[in-house]
Amino acid sequence: MKKKKRVIPGFSLSFGIVTAMLGLGVVIPLCSLAVFSLKLTGAEFIATVTNPRVLASYRVSILTSFTASLINAVMGLIIAWVLVRYRFPGKRLMDGMIELPFALPTAVAGISLTHLTVPERWIGSLFAKNGIQIAYTRIGITAALVFIGIPFVVRSIQPVLEKLEPEYEEAAAMLGASRTQAFFQVILPEIFPALTAGFTMAFARCIGEYGSVVFIAGNTPYQTEITPLIIMAKLQEFDYEGSTAIALVMLLFSFLILFVNAIVQNRASKR
Amino acid sequence: MPDHTQTYVELKHISKTFKNFKAADDISFSVEKGKLIGLLGPSGSGKTTILRILAGLETADSGEIYIDGKPVSQIPAGKRGIGFVFQNYALFRHKTVFDNIAFGLKINHWKKGDIQYRVDELMELVGLTGLEERYPKQLSGGQRQRVAFARALAVQPQLLLLDEPFAAIDAKVRKELREWLRELINQVGITSIFVTHDQDEAVEVADKIIITNHGRIEQTGSPVEVYNNPRTPFVVQFLGNPISIDHTRFKGFRDTTADASAVIRPEYITVRKKNEPCPHPATTEEGIVERVAFRGNVMELTVRVHGQHLTAYRQLGQELIHEGENVNVFLQRIYLIGADGESVTIAVDESLRRENG
Repeated sequence: MKKKKRVIPGFSLSFGIVTAMLGLGVVIPLCSLAVFSLKLTGAEFIATVTNPRVLASYRVSILTSFTASLINAVMGLIIAWVLVRYRFPGKRLMDGMIELPFALPTAVAGISLTHLTVPERWIGSLFAKNGIQIAYTRIGITAALVFIGIPFVVRSIQPVLEKLEPEYEEAAAMLGASRTQAFFQVILPEIFPALTAGFTMAFARCIGEYGSVVFIAGNTPYQTEITPLIIMAKLQEFDYEGSTAIALVMLLFSFLILFVNAIVQNRASKR
Repeated sequence: MPDHTQTYVELKHISKTFKNFKAADDISFSVEKGKLIGLLGPSGSGKTTILRILAGLETADSGEIYIDGKPVSQIPAGKRGIGFVFQNYALFRHKTVFDNIAFGLKINHWKKGDIQYRVDELMELVGLTGLEERYPKQLSGGQRQRVAFARALAVQPQLLLLDEPFAAIDAKVRKELREWLRELINQVGITSIFVTHDQDEAVEVADKIIITNHGRIEQTGSPVEVYNNPRTPFVVQFLGNPISIDHTRFKGFRDTTADASAVIRPEYITVRKKNEPCPHPATTEEGIVERVAFRGNVMELTVRVHGQHLTAYRQLGQELIHEGENVNVFLQRIYLIGADGESVTIAVDESLRRENG
């Protein structure tokens, strides 16, 4: 039987590469996670993942990640807007700097942030005067996560904003809309899917962030201890089953976030 | 001469420069109530800029605009009582057809029941009833234009501006839509100005044409007037399918001034077979047909006369002319552009002139 010719050649080869990459890089490690934690009995598993200290760490992780991603959604939108809509000297440089958090080793970011925000240093001292401590508190964790998450939001929104013709706002203006009305009723709905994508990606990334947070967090149990840190701690105690059990919970949560994103994107693409 | 018609829109000495580019250079014109005006010109001639200044989307460097007798320069775009149809329609992609049309009404705090009534009314007007819940993506180009039109009309503007309203639509639907738009504007009775670079469109649709070039108005008048009596060299060379010729070599125009350059349109060239009657033998030329092209409703002939290539049309019903055939060629009239490059005169064939006394 004659094989059907495809217009774009090399499908079988490239598809093979895709499955191999996904299998080796994503599926197998994730499965091993499940296999490892399966060594625990059901009761043991539940006990491990609902340990009060672990529960508290979920709270810290989710709360700080959510807050940071929310801040990033707003700030990232403003940054993307400025970078797309205006021309000013240093724009290229600024645009390039957005990616720095991707490139910088996260530990470096964590250490420098900590240095700046301890009450003795200049940013820290400014806040300390008003009775706010940044380093070694949840505010510090959030600050680190804002730094980590910002490129996700900016880079998701930028291309969509670039495609949004000024005619769009002009149409709204001709129909009597004020600038605020035009933004909230015409532009925001248009970039909402991209904003959600940026927000959820940043959120999922922040949930798993370790390097930049451990230095600034202070890691006080029940207060500023994030879940990835507990996983690390368990690993260092050679409690592989316990650490994978908690990692599995984190994984499920990340899936949940990305699932929400998928729903939003799916809805948007139908329009 | 006193003007009895009611002027609705008036532009006085509008100028606008972008960097080094003069988009509008001392533009003045007025539009009577209820008329449909076509701003016609090549791209970059400033026609869209004039429309945008009128709408309030662009600010003029100098000059004043009056709508219904009131100066509007200080009034923001949304409050001028103008509906605007954008070239690519700029429909809100995430809103349904209903919400697109209702947008202006909601902004203006109409009551829910009134909005429903008004949108229903408009949907019927543009013939889209039943498509309220569709998204713009699910509509054809023509349907999108209708939505854009309904949206612009929703808040009952007194003036409708359309920027290249048919540019994004394929040729077949375009013709249909032209007639539709013309009828609709008559029905609504709204004063309208549209911008186009397509002369057929302007000639067919508009009550009055304003031809622009390099930010200036070249000529204003009814389509027939502007088409038949072009007054500037630009208009001569812009309208119809003009061909430049050396008129001094043609018998019918020997007495016309030699330092002018001449332009002729295909419709003023008659090509006859050798065996067909020749009404003006004294000024008829002989030529060789070089190319015959079928243009759907006519045959387009390229004829060489005195070493010059002329384009002429021939009706389909007439006996066929073949490539390489010797034919009689008669030029009825030409446009002479003076040596100063400013004046345009019409020169009629000598035999015709004598006939008509």
